[in-house]
Amino acid sequence: MTAVSSPSHRISAFFHRKPQLRLGLLLTAPMLWLGLAYLGALAALFITAFWSTDVFTGKVVTDWSFDNFVTLFSDSVYRTITFRTVGIALLVTVIDAVIAFPMAFAMAKLASPKAQRVLVIMVMTPLWASYLVKAYAWRTLLSGNGVLNWLLDPLGLSAPGYGVTATVITLSYLWLPYMILPIYAGLERLPVSLVDASGDLGAKSFRTFRSVILPLTFPAIVAGSIFTFSLSLGDYIAVKIVGGTSQMLGNVVYDNIGAANNLPFAATVATVPVVIMLVYLAAVRRTGALDNL
Amino acid sequence: MSKPARVLLWTALGAGFAVIYFPLLVVLLNSVNADTTFGWPPKSFTLEWWGRAITNEGALHALWTSVIAGLSATAIALVLGTMAAFALQKYRFFGRNSLSLLVILPIALPGIVTGIALNNAFRTIFGLDLGLMTAIVAHATFCIVVVFNNVVARLRRMGGNLEEASMDLGADGMTTFRLVTFPMLRSALLAGGLLAFALSFDEIIVTTFTLGTGMETLPIWIYNNLFRPNQAPVVNVVAAVLIVVSTVPVYLAQRLSGGDSSSGGRI
Repeated sequence: MTAVSSPSHRISAFFHRKPQLRLGLLLTAPMLWLGLAYLGALAALFITAFWSTDVFTGKVVTDWSFDNFVTLFSDSVYRTITFRTVGIALLVTVIDAVIAFPMAFAMAKLASPKAQRVLVIMVMTPLWASYLVKAYAWRTLLSGNGVLNWLLDPLGLSAPGYGVTATVITLSYLWLPYMILPIYAGLERLPVSLVDASGDLGAKSFRTFRSVILPLTFPAIVAGSIFTFSLSLGDYIAVKIVGGTSQMLGNVVYDNIGAANNLPFAATVATVPVVIMLVYLAAVRRTGALDNL
Repeated sequence: MSKPARVLLWTALGAGFAVIYFPLLVVLLNSVNADTTFGWPPKSFTLEWWGRAITNEGALHALWTSVIAGLSATAIALVLGTMAAFALQKYRFFGRNSLSLLVILPIALPGIVTGIALNNAFRTIFGLDLGLMTAIVAHATFCIVVVFNNVVARLRRMGGNLEEASMDLGADGMTTFRLVTFPMLRSALLAGGLLAFALSFDEIIVTTFTLGTGMETLPIWIYNNLFRPNQAPVVNVVAAVLIVVSTVPVYLAQRLSGGDSSSGGRI
């Protein structure tokens, strides 16, 4: 038993007897990084939202006031942009859920196990084909002499051009895989026997869907919606690429940091999506959706 | 299930994939479209844009920056994500649920929030100048969750039996980790690392706010050149290359994770 006396053995025996200490060591670095640095940064941002910028020097003035929030809520421009952003995010989420559900269902319940693997890879591949490349692809598709107009012209139709519709289409396209994958994972876990049992008890397809499948996969849909909703809320690049003149909250934040050099107001605007997301996360925590991420 | 329902579902799946892949195909085709405004249908084809892209110094330099940032962020995320995964999966303690929420937060909150929060913190709290380092720190922050998810899924599937057996047979903690735990985690770590790298490589919003001025990652280079008419064809080639190359990490990660991270996330 020479190993007993080796220092490394003694050290690990020491840690083995002290699980608290092991946990502490494991947690220190991630907690410092996420807990202090990241949460600290968020807290600092929130505090900055109550400050202001000196009009002449452009420097941040650390006087506390609610002025920024008053501007945000009273100025009709910002109100419109807030409603537009939340509206677009909701619409994108609903569109993605409606498109993703049947796709995920076919993948999880109709395809063979071997085909399932291939289909999952097929969903994931475009997920990594660069955000910008995809947004840009839609720009060329939607452009005046682009493919869509070429396809639609014989039917007497035309592409929507750049604007809110184009933004909704592009965002729905970008985030679709984020909806398909969690729903697929949820449906994969759903036992077929429950669906069969429902049928045996006389339920028609729609009734089975409404009373059995939907309630059981709801957490998975919510999990997907966290991404589609949050990613849409904060986006400003797709809007710049295909949005025409319409703006979203992200554009206001971006412009206030860059051109306007008003960090406090940018911080104020940024608290809107944060508050919306935190309320949303708190609301969906009970559904168990967060374990589906 | 009834036959019409099956046909309908298969059709939906096929149509969905057609919509997903059609725009990407158009980008690939446009990268050899001789018309600089990508008029459709293409009248003639050329490889000129490819030649210009391969020798484009800005793009190559940006690619290099992206690779460095991605590798560094991935390395940090691998360490921190694995530590957090062990702590949360193997121990029950007060605040455990809040902590798992905290790991998710950097990707659950919109990128622009993470971006300006870190931008503000780096400059005003820590008094740092933005540079490559700050971008790496920012990337690592949202990459942690990808590694975390992969490792947690693997640990959950592994259980603790083999480690207990190893300890019963007299191996100490380090030896057990080296000979039992780590080998079983290896593919999950590789999958998590690949996905973290891909996530970092593609990130643009957070990068915009945390990378020093005058530096470009590849997405930022694309964005800066997107609206320059004479650069459009070169951007298109870079886009086409990214589409093709992006299939590699996804394929590898999927093989390596053995399906335990089939759920979504930005994963």
